[in-house]
Amino acid sequence: MTQRFVVLEDIDFVYQTGENEGMLALKGTNLDIPRGDFAAIVGPSGCGKSTILKLVSGLLKPQRGKIDVAGRQVTGPVKIVGMAFQNPTLLPWLSAIDNVLVPLKIVQPYRSQFKARRAEYEERARALFKTVGLAGFEEKSPWQLSGGMQQRASLCRALIHEPELLLLDEPFGALDAFTREDLWATLQELWIIRRPTVILVTHDLREAAYLADRIFVMSARPGCIIATHDACFARPRTLEMTFSDQFVALYHALRNEISEARVEAMA
Amino acid sequence: MIRGSLLRRALPCLVILGMFLVWEALCRLFGVKEFVLPLPSQIFSVLVTRWDALLPHAMQTLMTTVVGFIGGVIAGTLIGIAIGSSRLVYDAMYPLLVGFYSIPKVAVVPILVIWFGSGTVPAVITSLVICIFPVVVNVATGLATTEPELEDVLRALGASKADILWGVGIPRSMPYLFASLKIAITLAFVGSVISETVAANRGVGNMMIIASSNIDVPLVFAGLFILAFMGIALYALFALLEQRMTGWAMRKNEFSM
Repeated sequence: MTQRFVVLEDIDFVYQTGENEGMLALKGTNLDIPRGDFAAIVGPSGCGKSTILKLVSGLLKPQRGKIDVAGRQVTGPVKIVGMAFQNPTLLPWLSAIDNVLVPLKIVQPYRSQFKARRAEYEERARALFKTVGLAGFEEKSPWQLSGGMQQRASLCRALIHEPELLLLDEPFGALDAFTREDLWATLQELWIIRRPTVILVTHDLREAAYLADRIFVMSARPGCIIATHDACFARPRTLEMTFSDQFVALYHALRNEISEARVEAMA
Repeated sequence: MIRGSLLRRALPCLVILGMFLVWEALCRLFGVKEFVLPLPSQIFSVLVTRWDALLPHAMQTLMTTVVGFIGGVIAGTLIGIAIGSSRLVYDAMYPLLVGFYSIPKVAVVPILVIWFGSGTVPAVITSLVICIFPVVVNVATGLATTEPELEDVLRALGASKADILWGVGIPRSMPYLFASLKIAITLAFVGSVISETVAANRGVGNMMIIASSNIDVPLVFAGLFILAFMGIALYALFALLEQRMTGWAMRKNEFSM
């Protein structure tokens, strides 16, 4: 029996904009992700995909409903989480490697050992750099790296403290198609080695079907889950696989559901 | 390339030298009287011949300015952090700060003299008070404009407010702080000299007041030259420090010094 790792029960979330009225982003959202699973969330833009990640990480609190991560209710920022955003959000005054070391300066138990074990941690960061193809760029400043390289560094930063839960908010959204496909492979490789639970929010349906075991489709705002698909392709997956009939069928199914959700929202 | 950069470095000196030459030439051409506008050459000769008498005044002004400046920067940074990290404090304090800053500092000096007597203390306090505002405004702006995405990187890791302030807010505001230091150091001279002209028996401001009452105009101008020189020197020092500390924020080499 696999453990339920991330559980959202009947979540409502409202963004407070004015004095009285707010914007309802999520309504009655349920989500259930087992430990070690690679989940993807897709949906029309503005449907509350990113909001789900912020709720799971504890950056936002829902007005109604309950969120559990690793069997504990989320009340504030969750420390077993690594997060990567659409913008690489590297701190411009730190070198690439110092950026990647930031979580170790914040999260316990690394934090109190940071000074004593700095060399060891740097070695760990260098190993990660090598895995994502950034070896030799450790001492560069963020602005000296291309967009794809910055995103790789951001991925390293999300993984350095070996989080059990990895939250990815359209991490490859701003990259060109070739770089994106390279990074899919890198991410898959990292996931196969470490097997964290992953929630990937994306608007790229090929990306979702290539990377995830399970794909959740959301309705337009206020968002809730309207369909769940299992993507049972053998791993490691290849780009060639994305042209197979089975993959294309899944892609079409996802696409139709989201189109319908958009049409409904406009009607 | 090397010639170009050498020329660029020499250019400010050449402009200053050129200004003196034009000044000298025009004064001689139109026979301007010494007590109206002295010749640059006269002013420099005063600087050289009366150097021993001028030096203590210059050191006094430099000391009061720097002490006031340091105090002002520390106070300004602390107030700026308080204002910049809380919307409530920002809204509550800002009108008061603007009000304080709108008061001409020369009007405050007599009050300081009543409280602290004449001399060094009011000069230090005047330059301190005049420094605070630009530092507060810049530090607060730096903190208030920190991208929430950068803060989220730390917040998602469960970082405390203090962690976020030290890890993101303060490094992010450093370019703003250094920009304000360059303004503040020149303002600090204004503050200390105002105070010296009103109530002191030492310092460049005091010396200039006495010299002008003796209609010793070259000596008055010598005082101005000393102030201008000290201003440039300290400005350059902070510009250099800025470049060393916050080079990451200045990538366009056309603008970096």
